[in-house]
Amino acid sequence: MAAPLPTPDPMLPRRYRVTRAKGEIAGTATVELAPIDGAPMTFSPGQFNMLYAFGVGEIPVSISGDPARPGQLTHTTRDVGLVSKAIVGLKEGDMLGIRGPFGSAWPIEAAAGRHALFIAGGLGLAPLRPAIYHVLNNRADYAGLTLVYGARSPDELLYAEEISTWKSRLDTEVEVTVDHARPGWTGRVGVVTTALPHALAGTDPATIEAFICGPEIMMRFTLQALEAAGVSSDHCWVSMERNMKCALGFCGHCQFGGDFICKDGPVFRHDTVAARLGLKEL
Amino acid sequence: MEIHRFEEILAQHPLFASFDTATIALFAGCARHEHFRAGERIYSEGTPADRFFIVTHGDVALEVATPEREPIITETVHAGELFGWSWLIAPFKHSNDAVALNEVRAISLDGACLRTKCEANPALGYTMFQHWVPHLVTRLRSLRLQVLDLYGVKA
Repeated sequence: MAAPLPTPDPMLPRRYRVTRAKGEIAGTATVELAPIDGAPMTFSPGQFNMLYAFGVGEIPVSISGDPARPGQLTHTTRDVGLVSKAIVGLKEGDMLGIRGPFGSAWPIEAAAGRHALFIAGGLGLAPLRPAIYHVLNNRADYAGLTLVYGARSPDELLYAEEISTWKSRLDTEVEVTVDHARPGWTGRVGVVTTALPHALAGTDPATIEAFICGPEIMMRFTLQALEAAGVSSDHCWVSMERNMKCALGFCGHCQFGGDFICKDGPVFRHDTVAARLGLKEL
Repeated sequence: MEIHRFEEILAQHPLFASFDTATIALFAGCARHEHFRAGERIYSEGTPADRFFIVTHGDVALEVATPEREPIITETVHAGELFGWSWLIAPFKHSNDAVALNEVRAISLDGACLRTKCEANPALGYTMFQHWVPHLVTRLRSLRLQVLDLYGVKA
């Protein structure tokens, strides 16, 4: 369900100050931000903001912080262009313009009572983290919590310390796998789909609500593996990515068939987009 | 007694479970227990692939050697999984290294023993083909995804 537009003027950025800047993996940083006007931003897990680096430009970035702490806005960004480079380079005290929050959300509250399965690839863990926080904050409401996370190499595991903390919890199952490693790495090596059978062992697939975020190819193959494991398509959710500009469905840059990723997405139930996934024209 | 235990273990494994009792008994006749210490090399690239392994406990790294650098781990194998498929394909030589990441217990099956039985009984060979090719295709697809380097920065 698309979220209502932020008010009063969704095209007007609000000013935020960086309260903390933390380097993550290479070329990636997390900034924590506080609003200059003091008004907290309430958001739902899976939504995104338009981040405006003054004098450089604006890009969409998923919110990666705890939805239970609306006074602190958190974004993790990778340096892949001029604007993201400026954002990754922000220091404590720097200013940023922000519009949002925009887009649909992971239906994490509606999944209460079910086994929440998060499958993330690379930086796809960032948009899932608010939903993971929600389940951790309300753990008794969920039948289970499993995170399967794939990254390129051990050096490129996002939020590695936090993952270790989650892994140490008795009520949380965490499977981490990397595509390649050097000797010394004692964890799993292989793509995300190879970790799924072990992660799902002993769990009734009918109880699973799956939330998937990562490169689209990774999501396609993960969805195939979930289907083979008996997880129903209408209990799988994906976060889509296209080139977003206005974030309001005006400009059409992020059109995905009959939907606009910015306003109808980015989170979609799999069966509603399954026919479009993998279409070369889209 | 040991043969009986092999039969039980194999009958419970997904890749063997659908074989009939007689075929599993035949597999068991080619099986033996293996134990590897942490860090022990199970086999090396280029050496004869005379056995394949079913891990029953522990983790194994499959590595590719790289000149003047540490080897790259391309895949890990865990309890319940198989490795050492080169026994199926001539010239029956391993195409990578296998190293025990911790204490590993496994069952190995003698490849030459199985090949001989398949040559004597082609129907058995075809049944193995039907059961194991899907597993190999799944592994091939996974390795294809790895090659795509999905998590790298877009060019």
